[in-house]
Amino acid sequence: MTSVRDWAEPNPVTENRGGVIGKGVDRYEGALKVTGTAPYAYDTVAPSPPAIGVLVTATIPRGRVTSVDTAAAEAAPGVQLVWTHLNVPAQAPRGTRANPRSQRASNPALGSDRVEYYGQSVAFVVADTFENARAAAELVKVAYAAEPAVVDFMASFDQATLPPDEEDVHIGDFHGAFAAAPVTIDETYFSPIQNHVQMEPCATIAWWEGDKVTVHTSIQMVKGGQHALAETLAIPSSDVHLLTRYIGGGFGGKGQPYDDLILSALAARALKRPVKVAYTRQQMFHGTIHRPAVDMRVRLGAEPNGRLTAFAVEATTHCARAATFTEHAANFSRNLYAAPNRLTGHRLVRMDLPHAGPMRAPGEAPGMLSLECAMDELAEKLGLDPIELRIRNEPDIDPETGKPFSIRQLVRCMTEGAQRFGWERRNPVPGQVRDGRWMVGMGMAAAIRGNFLLPAKAGVRIDAGGIITLRQGMTDIGTGTYTILAQITAETLGVPLGHVRVEIGDSDFPPAPGSGGQFGAATAGSAAFEAGMNLRRALTELAVGDPNSPLYGGPAEYVTFENGVIAIENRSETLAALVGRAAPDGIYVEGSISPAADARDYSQHTYGAHFAEVGVNQVTGEVRLRKMFGVFAAGRILNAKTAKSQITGGMIWGVGTALTEVNAVDPRFGSFVNQDMAEYLAPVHADIVDLDAMFLDEADDKANPMGIKGVGELGIAGAGAAIANAIYNATGVRLRDYPMTPDKVLAGLMAKGL
Amino acid sequence: MRTTITVNGTARTLDVDPRTTLLDALREHLGLTGSKKGCDHGQCGACTVLVNGVRINSCLSILAMHDGDQVTTIEGLGQPGALHPVQQAFLERDALQCGYCTPGQICSTVGMLQEAADGWASKETADLSAPTALTDAEIRERMSGNICRCSAYPQILAAIRDLAGEVA
Amino acid sequence: MKPFTYERAADAKAAVKAVAENPGAKFLAGGTNLLDLMKLEIETPTHLVDVGRLPFAGIEATDEGGLRIGGAMTNAKLAAHPKVRELYPVLARAILAGASGQLRNKATTAGNLLQRTRCDYFYDTAKPCNKREPGSGCSAIGGPGGYGAIFGASEACIATHTSDMAVALTALDASVETMTPDGGARTIKVEALHRLPGASPQVETDLAAGELITAVVLPPPPAGGQAYAKVRDRASYAHGLAMVAVAGGRVAFGAVAHKPWRAEKAEAALAAGASAAEAASAEVAGADADDRRAHKIALVRRLAAATIEDAGSAR
Ligand SMILES: Cc1cc2nc3c(=O)[nH]c(=O)nc-3n(C[C@H](O)[C@H](O)[C@H](O)COP(=O)(O)OP(=O)(O)OC[C@H]3O[C@@H](n4cnc5c(N)ncnc54)[C@H](O)[C@@H]3O)c2cc1C
Ligand code: SF4
Ligand code: FES
Ligand code: FES
Repeated sequence: MTSVRDWAEPNPVTENRGGVIGKGVDRYEGALKVTGTAPYAYDTVAPSPPAIGVLVTATIPRGRVTSVDTAAAEAAPGVQLVWTHLNVPAQAPRGTRANPRSQRASNPALGSDRVEYYGQSVAFVVADTFENARAAAELVKVAYAAEPAVVDFMASFDQATLPPDEEDVHIGDFHGAFAAAPVTIDETYFSPIQNHVQMEPCATIAWWEGDKVTVHTSIQMVKGGQHALAETLAIPSSDVHLLTRYIGGGFGGKGQPYDDLILSALAARALKRPVKVAYTRQQMFHGTIHRPAVDMRVRLGAEPNGRLTAFAVEATTHCARAATFTEHAANFSRNLYAAPNRLTGHRLVRMDLPHAGPMRAPGEAPGMLSLECAMDELAEKLGLDPIELRIRNEPDIDPETGKPFSIRQLVRCMTEGAQRFGWERRNPVPGQVRDGRWMVGMGMAAAIRGNFLLPAKAGVRIDAGGIITLRQGMTDIGTGTYTILAQITAETLGVPLGHVRVEIGDSDFPPAPGSGGQFGAATAGSAAFEAGMNLRRALTELAVGDPNSPLYGGPAEYVTFENGVIAIENRSETLAALVGRAAPDGIYVEGSISPAADARDYSQHTYGAHFAEVGVNQVTGEVRLRKMFGVFAAGRILNAKTAKSQITGGMIWGVGTALTEVNAVDPRFGSFVNQDMAEYLAPVHADIVDLDAMFLDEADDKANPMGIKGVGELGIAGAGAAIANAIYNATGVRLRDYPMTPDKVLAGLMAKGL
Repeated sequence: MRTTITVNGTARTLDVDPRTTLLDALREHLGLTGSKKGCDHGQCGACTVLVNGVRINSCLSILAMHDGDQVTTIEGLGQPGALHPVQQAFLERDALQCGYCTPGQICSTVGMLQEAADGWASKETADLSAPTALTDAEIRERMSGNICRCSAYPQILAAIRDLAGEVA
Repeated sequence: MKPFTYERAADAKAAVKAVAENPGAKFLAGGTNLLDLMKLEIETPTHLVDVGRLPFAGIEATDEGGLRIGGAMTNAKLAAHPKVRELYPVLARAILAGASGQLRNKATTAGNLLQRTRCDYFYDTAKPCNKREPGSGCSAIGGPGGYGAIFGASEACIATHTSDMAVALTALDASVETMTPDGGARTIKVEALHRLPGASPQVETDLAAGELITAVVLPPPPAGGQAYAKVRDRASYAHGLAMVAVAGGRVAFGAVAHKPWRAEKAEAALAAGASAAEAASAEVAGADADDRRAHKIALVRRLAAATIEDAGSAR
């Protein structure tokens, strides 16, 4: 098995002779996207005109469908079918895995009369046009027998239990140390339900040819989607061709298949014509997953010099009754600060709300909103600068596991950031700086996010013209996957970028796990790198074994690949010449990556520091960003442009988290009060003022052969806490309840007599 | 119901259900899927197109309202290999990630620059009678009808700044 | 969306006739509110009469020294008009504070005045709402939201009117001119156009079925300063939590009642020489106070005081 030591050897990517790695090259698919010619799932042209399906969703949180009156809908113009649990075609029972290797089990749509959450599909209408389908869907009348439902999180803590297969982590004697600590913080922070609000609602178009179904869908995980559909329809996965070439945002919310996938395929089979289905924006809020609310109690005990002696982070969160998802909001805290006596853990409330699930930096995103404010509170109590407090608690080894860090540049992120941001301008006494009616303040927070590598494969082909095509069952959800795969392939094979094609998002291609957990670039990229290396070997063999090649006879160890030319010193030919002559059908090889056997011997993370300046309107309590800067250490950066976009995008999510984003639950109905984009407030352009970021130079040779790490989620981790701390610095009002909307801020100001 | 519109310079006559929105007419009947549906309720801007040169949300129009109008969609601005300057600037500045909001952002930018050239004020304009200066704050406000959940805002600003010239 | 038929009105008279004679008919202007609601089947007209291209989309000076704004003029053009910017900045500012550039390019003067509430439960057809379905109950009362009306709410409905433009028009003492179903004309003060909810929140204005708003008339600009302020959760593209418009000695609030709210008590206080803070307090002293509303009352009071100060309307 591979060891991380093997990854420390120089290779074409780390040597980067072509200079393609790290360069801010334009997005590979950018020209298609800026011209509107990149087909997303619902844009896909089917072999014949599709019928349109529309979902009908439940309006109770828990109970049974007692009757469905479909007569009016069935009689409505253009309607081709109306399905409920009574007449939907047979599907495998939920959880079936006929093929034990399936990555996802069956997940039938309209599978029974049970309603498990508000917004669950209860009927499905297909008509010739969208207009007819939408109108007919409104005619379906559903009657329910509602059952008591647990929907009020704050009122249900008595039902909280340990998540499955999980124990609290105790190190040393937290309680004793906390009781003895001269300076303590014991505060509770709340982060509410948030929603992904990907710009593209979930959508699928499906059609059949014989026993085989083709689906173009919007999903982050190619294999997961393919297997889920195959298992649900009880057909072999080889009969499901799933494509997901362009995805209008995922953020974790499209990591799993939804009813659009299942029902479009079933309806296309029943109607013998293509069928497409999209969720409405409103349906997205209840019908797909959300980030659950998290209540976090943080207790810190410190010496007067700032050294932490006692450290506890306890998170209570919730998930759907039938699910097991846990928002691991305390996990990050296990690796962040040194403290000898520690307690961390999670509690889970099973609720009858729509499904909770992963959303950009699950765990860190809500979790860091608490500890990074608590550290700010502690710094103030100690009279220390918040950066200094963190430096004093910087661990040499992982504070929980005792493992060495693969590389840890958190302190440099903070000091570099402080300097570039102008942290010295901050007045540590809150409420001192004014700009007219605006009270101005600055805050900072640290960022940490785990780094992961999963098994993946990739295939690479060179054709007789020297064009290299990388193929992988990978996805690009806006992360820049197309582009970095092209860069890795180009650099590995020493060819200009223009000679590389990238084809992804297809279940026929060698599998990669997809986009999630910021493992995408490292995982898919490493497999692409390995495939490229295998192609190098194949081309080397071809050249040195071909009497017509100037490289004939080798020595193979001296072969170089540069600028589309294969050479041994001054003996050379172009790859096109070589392949065109010696392998006119082209060469195809695959490569794969899996975690190194000893990778777990290191504590491996990405790090950063956020700095924010906000203005708080003293009259109204409105908070507006004035400036934000982040410094990040996330391994080798493959593409300066797309990596920066990922990171600033994450920071902006932090701004939304801190100031505007909440899905409020109405406990009377078990539903969200806000379910559209006018009421769920993702940041708009005007909210984001003077926001920038930079990366430190880094290569993590314990991460993978290229020393790269993920950047997609790091940017949100801690970002919201920097804003909250800035609000405190501006006003002296300490809020612990996100988002910090004008009503809460104003109440705080008024309580201070402002 | 029969409606004639000129789309990207070509007159098109459609006979569709009166409920068909301009957005769905473009996407489902004319094959112009560049304009996106993010919300269908005027809340996101992904469907922004230019009608008689003016940017609007095409999801909150029915086709019939546009009989006789000139409609420009993202496809009409430029094509791969022959990009419109705004498309080029978006590409170079990485003012897109998933790309789903991007056609709307670009059409909106074209409309917005014209509004600024016509001297229209915005909420950020301090002096309502002064000529329009496209400061960063002005650009941000004027582009706030286009939500980008990927949050490419700093890059979108940079792209538009390239086109609008450096105005502090 | 329920099926409907569509016609483009040839002239105002024909439009009025078409709507007055057909109980299922409605005027369609920019469509940004009506089509939004039709997609959710909150509005279900069977016939639409498009008045968006009727020739009352311009602006002209009145003999009295004011302006007459066409009912079909777009919000964007109105806010951009040099005379409006120069003489009625509170109106330009209010419009520019609302919606988005794209929406303002469609939204019209009349449509904006007649936009319906943004109450979450009005928009959620699975929930009871007296405005949407008279007699079904009001889900907002007792709900988790905190931003209902603080003036003139009823047991039946606590929704607010969230037009920005209408607040400025109220402060400017503007009137609407209409064509009545019999083809006549009438003039109604903007402040008298909308109703409080009472027992029938579904009836929002005093307009007759088929009565067409042809224009909004602004009197000559008032003496004194003008100012507009809007509080919202995000920096743009959001409905207001509270709005205040001040034009000389006149003050109006938005998002506080079922109609744009003329703050007469504040005006009276100002006329009597009160400070901005005193004037603001005088008005909110009349608010319907309870725990739910306390925060909003404080917000409105502070915003009103600051805006009156900005306009220079206090002594
Ligand atoms: C996402 C979003 C955000 C928004 N934010 C704001 C905001 O912040 N502030 C704000 O003020 N507004 C906001 N709006 C509302 C917007 O201003 C209104 O939708 C718009 O002004 C309505 O004008 P319209 O011409 O499109 O009306 P339409 O939708 O065409 O019509 C609205 C109503 O008026 C009637 N009507 C139209 N013309 C006439 C006439 N001449 N005579 C009689 N009746 C007529 C119609 O029958 C209909 O009942 C927002 C809207 C959206 C979708
Ligand atoms: S406040 Fe009015 S609009 Fe809102 S739910 Fe109650 S009755 Fe309906
Ligand atoms: S789709 Fe039209 S604004 Fe969102
Ligand atoms: S690029 Fe994804 S929403 Fe803007």
